[in-house]
Amino acid sequence: MMHLEQLPPWAAVIIALFVVVGASLTLLGGVGLVRLKSFYQRLHAPTLGYSYGTLLIILASMLMFSLAEGRVVVHELMIGIFIMVTTPITLLMLGRAALRRDRDRKLGHDEVVPPRIRSTEPPAETETESETGDPQP
Amino acid sequence: MTAEILRFALGYAQIALILALGLACWRMLRGPRAQDRVLALDTMYSIAMLLFLVIGMGNGNVFFFEGALVIAVLGFVTTVCAAKFLMRGEVIE
Repeated sequence: MMHLEQLPPWAAVIIALFVVVGASLTLLGGVGLVRLKSFYQRLHAPTLGYSYGTLLIILASMLMFSLAEGRVVVHELMIGIFIMVTTPITLLMLGRAALRRDRDRKLGHDEVVPPRIRSTEPPAETETESETGDPQP
Repeated sequence: MTAEILRFALGYAQIALILALGLACWRMLRGPRAQDRVLALDTMYSIAMLLFLVIGMGNGNVFFFEGALVIAVLGFVTTVCAAKFLMRGEVIE
């Protein structure tokens, strides 16, 4: 724990503030994930942790290691850029999957995956296997 | 004094992140449908990555950064595969 004493006081205050605010916002996202009612509301809750939590903790980590090692340490930016690029992709795909599943459920299709091989049934019954829910030839 | 402030802040951050991890785990175990569980798993990956960063700051060890990077990459791949499976019924088509 010798590296904690080497930091100047202003940096310690800034780092502590960033870390505390970032962790609190992430915890708030977790609370929202539990308390919100529908899935489409819950999809928005953990983005607090993705955006603010990651940004603040990465800034604190960069500042701390830069001051502790006496050189500019920016490799935490890699995590930041990666999270910034990948989070919209994952959440968009998850939202589209949820939309498709909700539409399938509204159309009367079951969530249970039907068995793959059905040779004896008419093709109208195998419609549940189709991707969109539209009747396909 | 400097070290006490930082130690308190890092301890608080670890406790808050572990609480958030527990809440996301509750949602993953409870979640009414499959997409809730996938969302909670993705949240757990992200929070574990932040927890690794905070623990690395507390230890002064740079190697926790690489663990956090690996967790971020694995979380992205896992969530994309799970969402694609929910959407199509297959991962690779």
